[in-house]
Amino acid sequence: MMTTRYTRDHEYIRVEGDTGIVGITDYAQSQLGDVVFVELPTVGQTVEKGGEAAVVESVKAASEIYAPASGEVVEVNGALESTPGTVNEDPAGRGWFMKIRLKDQGELDALMTEEQYREYVASIT
Amino acid sequence: MAEPVPADEPLLQTPLHDEHVGLGARMVPFAGFDMPVQYPTGILAEHLWTRDQAGLFDVSHMGQAFLAGPDHAATARALEALVPADLLDLKPGRQRYSQLLDENGGILDDLMIARSADPADDGRLMLVVNASTKDADYAHLEANLPAGVRLVRADDRALLALQGPAAASVMERLAPGAEAMSFMAVVAMPVAGIDAHVSRSGYTGEDGYEISVKADEAVRLWRAFLADPAVKPIGLGARDSLRLEAGLCLYGHDIDTTTSPVEAGLLWSIQRRRREHGGFPGAARIRREIAEGPARQRVGLKPDGRTPAREGSVVTTPEGREVGVVTSGGFGPTVNGPIAMGYVAREASAPGTELRLVVRGKPIPARVVPMPFAPHRYKRG
Repeated sequence: MMTTRYTRDHEYIRVEGDTGIVGITDYAQSQLGDVVFVELPTVGQTVEKGGEAAVVESVKAASEIYAPASGEVVEVNGALESTPGTVNEDPAGRGWFMKIRLKDQGELDALMTEEQYREYVASIT
Repeated sequence: MAEPVPADEPLLQTPLHDEHVGLGARMVPFAGFDMPVQYPTGILAEHLWTRDQAGLFDVSHMGQAFLAGPDHAATARALEALVPADLLDLKPGRQRYSQLLDENGGILDDLMIARSADPADDGRLMLVVNASTKDADYAHLEANLPAGVRLVRADDRALLALQGPAAASVMERLAPGAEAMSFMAVVAMPVAGIDAHVSRSGYTGEDGYEISVKADEAVRLWRAFLADPAVKPIGLGARDSLRLEAGLCLYGHDIDTTTSPVEAGLLWSIQRRRREHGGFPGAARIRREIAEGPARQRVGLKPDGRTPAREGSVVTTPEGREVGVVTSGGFGPTVNGPIAMGYVAREASAPGTELRLVVRGKPIPARVVPMPFAPHRYKRG
């Protein structure tokens, strides 16, 4: 079964089995503007829930991306190095950042469902 | 319980505020004004459009004022006591860039100074100063002007900038004769039938114009420009990336009271008579820096990879010895890569010098490079 959960910092994690694909939401990319550089973690690195996992740079500013859940980075989207604009074009698809092997699936329970996230975005805009 | 949040100062609006909102701009506070940082197409597209066609900027937040005195020499001398430019020598219909200096030669603000081409305006200089510093600038001017020369604020005026390779042909259609102006020329002329003060200048490195009109005519002029398919509105975000690629200083970042014009690489704006005879605040320091070389110098910095280094990044030698700091940095859309400028110690300032820019704790290899990063395309005489 595949579920997607969301953080208040506008990251998503799409869970497939024991791994989760992490990226930023369409709302996040629209707020950042044109993405010109993404600094990704290295494969094998462990990330902590809420800890800094990547950095995304727009023309104007750098923004930190926090891990929605703890685990080991098993894959990163190397294509973002040459085409960072993919984050703007297809944030939920080709614009993903990293794949994490989840340490504790229970951590996901505290994150928002898609419907909750939609309400959250509506409440802050 | 949460601390009470103090009410924000109400933001000022330019006469074009509703136009920006109507175009879907993202509005942000800037120097006390609610300003467009970008329109829906985004900063990258706006930047590249300006380099390719013509970008229209609302810069009405900037301070416009006049100095009025009995004749040109009197007004020029009064201002020369505060800035290092040669203004006695400023010809009718010409503009110069200069800096208001404090007594240590630090930069209080940078500004444009124009002399009207109309003999009836003899004794009058037009000033454009930065938005964030205008009140302090005006207080400084009023406190230091001699009797007979007075400051007249022109808060009832709007300022538009039209920048890019298509700017001249667009202007010529709305203001016949504008295409023949040379860089830093100023002319009073109707634009789209609206009385305007036009200068051939800007803040992008491109050919272009700045057009000052009465505030209540600003919307009409804005719409007349946008009716041309070569023209698109450009926000403050692209204005910043354009000026960074052009190697131009942003006040409060690349220049301030801790920097002198010599350190900042602005010696070209201090004409020979002023270098030789002084007579401006901080002249002793500035003349010493001219003779001996400044201890540090503003330089262009080009990171080797793709990582942008932002304002505040420490600059070190490859061995890790701190030699300076980045004052502006980011991504250059025309360069298609990261670019920065900053101050480095003189011994590290030669083009080609290998340095490191510390970004999130990591030393990023970079080189000192000549500026501008994108060639200036001004309309030289």
